Amino acid sequence: MPPVTVSTTGASDARVVLEARKITKTFPGVIANQDVDLTLHHGEIHCLLGENGAGKSTLMNVLYGLYRPDSGEILVRGEPVSFDSSSDAIARGIGMVHQHFQLIPTFTVAENVALGHETSHRGRLDLDVTRERIADIAVRYGLAVDPDAVVGELSVGVQQRIELIKALERDAEILILDEPTAVLTPGEVDDFFEVVRTLVDKGKSIVFITHKLREVLAVADRISVLRGGRTVGHADPKTSTEQDLANLMVGRDVVFAVDKAPSKPGVPELTLRDVSITDSRGVETVRSLDLQVRRGEIYGIAGVEGNGQRELVEAVTGMRTPSAGTISLGDEDITHRTPRHIADLGVGHVPEDRNRHGVVGSFSVAENSVLNQYHQRPFSSRLLRRDQPIRAWATTLVSQFDIRTPGIDVLVSTLSGGNQQKVIVAREMSRPELRLLVVAQPTRGLDVGSIEFIHSRIVEMRDAGVAVLLVSAELDEILSLSDRIGVMYRGELAGEFDRADTSREEVGLLMASGKQEEART
Amino acid sequence: MTAPRRPVAAELRKSLDLQPVLVPFFAIVLALVVGAVAILLIGKNPLEAYWALARGMFGSTDRIAASLGRSTPFIGAALAVAFAFRAGLFNIGAEGQLLVGATAAAWVGTWSSTRGMPGVVAIPVLLVAGAAAGLVYGGIPGALKARTGAHEVITTIMLNSIALLYVRWMVSSQDPIILRDTGSTVPRTATIESSARLPDLVSSEPPLHLGFFIMVALAALAWFVLQRTTFGFEIRTIGANADAARYAGMNVGRTMLLAMAISGAFAGLAGAGEISGTSGFLSPGVFIGIGFDSIAIALLARANPYAIIPASILWGSMLSGAGLMQQDVGLSIDAVRIIQALVLLFVAADVIVRTVFRLRREAAGAFETSTLASGWGSS
Repeated sequence: MPPVTVSTTGASDARVVLEARKITKTFPGVIANQDVDLTLHHGEIHCLLGENGAGKSTLMNVLYGLYRPDSGEILVRGEPVSFDSSSDAIARGIGMVHQHFQLIPTFTVAENVALGHETSHRGRLDLDVTRERIADIAVRYGLAVDPDAVVGELSVGVQQRIELIKALERDAEILILDEPTAVLTPGEVDDFFEVVRTLVDKGKSIVFITHKLREVLAVADRISVLRGGRTVGHADPKTSTEQDLANLMVGRDVVFAVDKAPSKPGVPELTLRDVSITDSRGVETVRSLDLQVRRGEIYGIAGVEGNGQRELVEAVTGMRTPSAGTISLGDEDITHRTPRHIADLGVGHVPEDRNRHGVVGSFSVAENSVLNQYHQRPFSSRLLRRDQPIRAWATTLVSQFDIRTPGIDVLVSTLSGGNQQKVIVAREMSRPELRLLVVAQPTRGLDVGSIEFIHSRIVEMRDAGVAVLLVSAELDEILSLSDRIGVMYRGELAGEFDRADTSREEVGLLMASGKQEEART
Repeated sequence: MTAPRRPVAAELRKSLDLQPVLVPFFAIVLALVVGAVAILLIGKNPLEAYWALARGMFGSTDRIAASLGRSTPFIGAALAVAFAFRAGLFNIGAEGQLLVGATAAAWVGTWSSTRGMPGVVAIPVLLVAGAAAGLVYGGIPGALKARTGAHEVITTIMLNSIALLYVRWMVSSQDPIILRDTGSTVPRTATIESSARLPDLVSSEPPLHLGFFIMVALAALAWFVLQRTTFGFEIRTIGANADAARYAGMNVGRTMLLAMAISGAFAGLAGAGEISGTSGFLSPGVFIGIGFDSIAIALLARANPYAIIPASILWGSMLSGAGLMQQDVGLSIDAVRIIQALVLLFVAADVIVRTVFRLRREAAGAFETSTLASGWGSS
């Protein structure tokens, strides 16, 4: 164990524990990293900032031994190393927490931590050693967790803690955290930052990958920015602003505030009356909800994920039937209508999970552009698909929505996440006679440029008189887009505000109220 | 940017792209090499064996005709498997559906009213009867899947057993007599009316009859339905991503039911074609294995309707040519079965083929069906 440095943030000293020199890594047709340098000092949090596709994950996978660089050098504590696999990296004290957890949900915490280097006793699995080590880590780093809890039953925040424990249990001194906050709620993020600071105080060194500017400024000791596979700059969090970092990351001036005029709401378009919804497990996730969205306004639903937003969206779009109450679109009762019927009434739906619902990855851009309109004129006539109108439509959407694709015959799965999302947004916003647009997590995982674009399109739709129901776990997104805000908490509307009369703090507090029992296990 | 209005050029480029056929092709090569080792171990000369096999398959007009004749039912049954697979359904039941179709055809073919019909009426009646029987028999697991979620793999396997045993009983039973030809000492049905027989083009053994071309047309039809109709778009969407299909407003249950029913109809038609074109009657155990081999063929063809034609011909002609190999080299027909099994093995475990022949992996998702061999249980 290295000597314990007791201090608050910024506890780095001059010792370099990890250094990457001129790392270049290419994939067929793509230069993922070109001459990238990275220096990690002992006891610091080094944030690596960049848009999706900037090469952050590639660099981390190189450092963790998952990719072999084409050229360049890696030094651990001044010593040149060459990793053939992640186990070489682990042996050198490097641990990584992936964005997507590498946990087996049906195993207990101890079993997951032991996975890969289990201690056995005459062929029998012996988890006592692991349990002791987990307890030890819990005390030292404040990472309390029950070793015998089944992972699948724990919250996402706790699961992430287990990932950290896994790395620490293997004596990692250098931790690579790949977008660790992407899956966390605002409250969990704060807890997570606390843990990260404790780790650094206890002598660990951390590379923290993110594209969220607020977090970078909150947690980093130093910042490096990647763009297009190159290091484009370094920044000091004490003297930088979010605007500086965004400009550096995107390479041009970024407009942060969504430019929008005051809303001119018209008559109610979507009305929910006393709606209750039961999810697939039989749990009532939405309880007696009343809600109204008017033409020409954006109604934002804020809330920590899992408070019934998903079921609400499914009910409005016909994918789930409410157990009680009525949903109407204009004058028509759509409570028991099918998704097809509701969509054909002029309801666009940008779904939360774009790969699961929004696109078919193995279909072309053209086929995806009519995924839910293929049966209508002019895309079909008498049960036959009509190729030319479909292609013409897809071509129009690609140019109108600036979808970056080599062509309309390209498979959607080969596009970046941002462009896949643009395919969906384009399709849903271009519906004929659009009346209601239901948008769930529209910019999740997208880069700044795509977020800007999608936000401005949502506002355009509103200005054209469409009623917009926006559901997002990103409080900033809700605040910057919505005209009215409803906060969902445990399936109920805990509060409703006019955007002009509320603050980030007020909404945030309401979102978080009652999160106590979730925070600690 | 590709110019948007050039579908012909795009199709052409796609058809010239050899990537999709590389794995099956090299899988066959590798199977022949490994099969040669097996033949060596038996103590025979693999080159002589393969030469005899090749002559047996395509050595003369008659042998070519016999090969095509043998391949005919495989085309229809493999189309059945492929069609369901495009909807994300693994139809193991082609065996039973084919048998039910054959039984219906054998029954209708012996009706006295069939005797008076001209061929242009009798043959379609017979084929439609077979297809309809298959439609119903394939529709059962489809309905079970759509209504109750019962996995089609389980239900079709069970329905295979039911069809096999029930048909055997119907053909064999003497008390009561159901379909058994009372004039025959062995259990079999009466021979169908000659007006209901599909005409032979070459009277080889088995004959090359008109059914071969009907099956080829069926492949074209299957392709057309999948690629050019809205129903086919629904089927492919469900097969590729059932959640997205639900989101897109498609009726997933109904489409699955229809896909399974149509799949069953293809298999039933294949069975009826065999009754009408090849045997003329039904005896217990006559079509055993065709439905199961068809799963292999659909896999080899990656569920592509067009590719099923050459894959079926390869399969059928190997079985047809194996006789000469046995006669000339003294090698059991089972050697061909070993090679066929190896082909399948290498197609399923394509990583082996890619490693041996250093093929690069095709672009992700180039086949909607590339997971044919793995993971059906998770659907």
